[in-house]
Amino acid sequence: MQDELKLLGGAMVTLALATSALVVVPHMQLKDGEPPPGLKPYSSAELRGRQVYIANGCIYCHSQQPRDPIQAPDDKRGWGRASVAADYFHDKPHLLGTMRTGPDLFNIGARQPSVDWHLGHMYQPRAYVAGSIMPAYPYLFEVKDKADQGDRVVTLPRGYTPAGKVVVARQEALDLVAYLISLDRTYPAVETLGTQRERK
Amino acid sequence: MNTMTILLSSFILSVTGLAIFIWSLRNRLFEASPAAARTIFSHGEIGRSDDPAATPGQAAAQVARDAAPPLSADEARQLNEELQARVEADRSSALVTFLFLSCAVVWLLVATAAGLLSSIKLHEPDLLVNQAWLTFGRMRTIHLNAVAYGWAPMAALGLAMWLLPRLLKTPLVGARYAIAGAMVWNAGLIAGLGCIAVGISDGMEWLEIPWQVDILFVLGGALVGLPLVYTLQARKVHHLYVSVWYMGAALFWFPTLFLVGNLPAMHFGVQQAAMNWWFGHNVLGLFYTPMALACVYYFLPKIIGRPIQSYNLSLVGFWSLAFFYGQVGGHHLIGGPVPGWLITLSIVQSVMMIVPVLAFSINQHLTMKGHFDRLWHSPTLRFIVLGGMMYTLSSIQGSIEALRSVNTIAHFTHFTVAHAHLGLYGFFTLVMFGAVYFVMPRVMDWEWPYPNLISLHFWLVVVGFGIYFVGLSIGGWLQGLAMLDAARPFMDSVNVTIPWLKSRSVGGGIMALGHLVFAIHFVLMATRRGVAREGAALLNEPVDKFVNSAATPTAA
Repeated sequence: MQDELKLLGGAMVTLALATSALVVVPHMQLKDGEPPPGLKPYSSAELRGRQVYIANGCIYCHSQQPRDPIQAPDDKRGWGRASVAADYFHDKPHLLGTMRTGPDLFNIGARQPSVDWHLGHMYQPRAYVAGSIMPAYPYLFEVKDKADQGDRVVTLPRGYTPAGKVVVARQEALDLVAYLISLDRTYPAVETLGTQRERK
Repeated sequence: MNTMTILLSSFILSVTGLAIFIWSLRNRLFEASPAAARTIFSHGEIGRSDDPAATPGQAAAQVARDAAPPLSADEARQLNEELQARVEADRSSALVTFLFLSCAVVWLLVATAAGLLSSIKLHEPDLLVNQAWLTFGRMRTIHLNAVAYGWAPMAALGLAMWLLPRLLKTPLVGARYAIAGAMVWNAGLIAGLGCIAVGISDGMEWLEIPWQVDILFVLGGALVGLPLVYTLQARKVHHLYVSVWYMGAALFWFPTLFLVGNLPAMHFGVQQAAMNWWFGHNVLGLFYTPMALACVYYFLPKIIGRPIQSYNLSLVGFWSLAFFYGQVGGHHLIGGPVPGWLITLSIVQSVMMIVPVLAFSINQHLTMKGHFDRLWHSPTLRFIVLGGMMYTLSSIQGSIEALRSVNTIAHFTHFTVAHAHLGLYGFFTLVMFGAVYFVMPRVMDWEWPYPNLISLHFWLVVVGFGIYFVGLSIGGWLQGLAMLDAARPFMDSVNVTIPWLKSRSVGGGIMALGHLVFAIHFVLMATRRGVAREGAALLNEPVDKFVNSAATPTAA
């Protein structure tokens, strides 16, 4: 080939095809979706918690997309029904994830609604799940001699609280837990017209 | 998609394919066209090996394998003239290439440290947990971004700066723009990694760096692109060698991907996820892969002194890569909440990737045939050829992994992480190492001071990566199987991986040692330490050694 314009022209056409297939058509197909009636928008605390989730890279170990029973027994693990496009209506950015070093969290709020459990688990995961390889997040907490007014004291399993001290949750930890507990998509699935048409 | 549409589109596709096939036959595209493949050689150069990183002993062993007859005095004069032009091309790019490759080495070390720490954290979860910036989720992300926007593009762009003037037989035009661009780019990267460390992130894999910081990459990238475009316009060759195709296309593909991927307030929900994998996969396939292939297509023939076997096969590889790779990203969302047709399309295209891969691997094998023993004598060839083989392996593995049955097990596990490293490390990074070893003696006009360190580097990274890849693949597969068995508790899928995660850290540690050796050697060379054995790199001056001593008695 002697002509760089033809080369680059061809190269850009192939990329345009790929972009249409994976970006533009999904955009057109999904853009008119509506939120399912059971899906609430996030509160401001939940949105802040979502930022904490992003900042600490929770997405790299936890997916948020239970698979279809045909593909994997995600429902049998209590992770919920297969998710559909409309479930992510309020999610900016998407946090679907590609890894399950830890369990899927799409419905963690439904199966573990206890704020205390989440706070303690975040402070020291191995206090709750033996063999867990989740990092501890001590920097989301404060260890004090005694709690001040308005402090959220974390109740930990015996032996995990530093002697003579109290563990107090910082605002970030409270926000993050609020977000995790908001993850509850146990309402019936509503598919967008587009996905209904395309799913077999 | 209903059956009728599938049948109809496959019919149209087949007829189009047939038409293209007949057209290519009529245009004699499948005949061997050695002329085009020879454009990277000067007159009288074919049959002579060229490895600037070789020791005199290794070089002598190579020359003994060479088949070219000695040159007459006339031919030597002509070769000398052509080489002089090449030396000028090399000089024009020396500073800018050195700058890019130095940055690449620094980012390689940063990425290695972050990667190794992340790996250890996966089996020592209470290690260094008190600082937020050291937490796994941030370290892992710093690792990925330092590779994706530091080591990989800096190495690839530095080599492109060096290769294009040679391939176009003209000095590099406007290198100062690239130098400015590199600075802006690095500023962006430092800002971006800093943002990730303090927890500011756009929240998508491969696209974590905040879009405000991305503007620096866009500016820097545009500045880096200018000299490449100017040089292309100033070319003195009629034919564009296949490496120019790969690099030229990649340099236009990447900015498009980057811009579309980072447009703020454009993407939403599941569509954003589809875009995310369109971007994540295409960065690998349409930027790093073609850049590394461009290097293989130049350096491999150069080192063994023989044009590639089938030039047209390399072009088949180019166009099929361009066509198929762009659409494979959706296989990351198999079983996910995205339209079924998108998944199916991506699986089909993933399998079709066998076409460009076979085109490349057959070509590499046939070119190397009869020359494999040169691997013993050429330090650069080892990296390049092994890297090329890893391209074949990783791509075929990728095609198989995209099949639903395999994906069900491999998806969401460390198996995918191992696969990603086979591509970006086994293939891309090894090729870059080989190319850097070839290029630097010309850039510095100085030889690698301790050739044994090149061997040490090679064996460290190969053994380390072997342990890394095999261990993590097994661990990931067991993890996937454990997760698919609903009767086993989830923690089973964690526990089975622990020994393998530890083996990954061991392998990663050995790789890190290799990188240290590489970096130290690089610094020693840049500071001109060590014993000067031959002065300037081999082919830069002494054409005389090829000349029949009977014809030119004065030759030393």
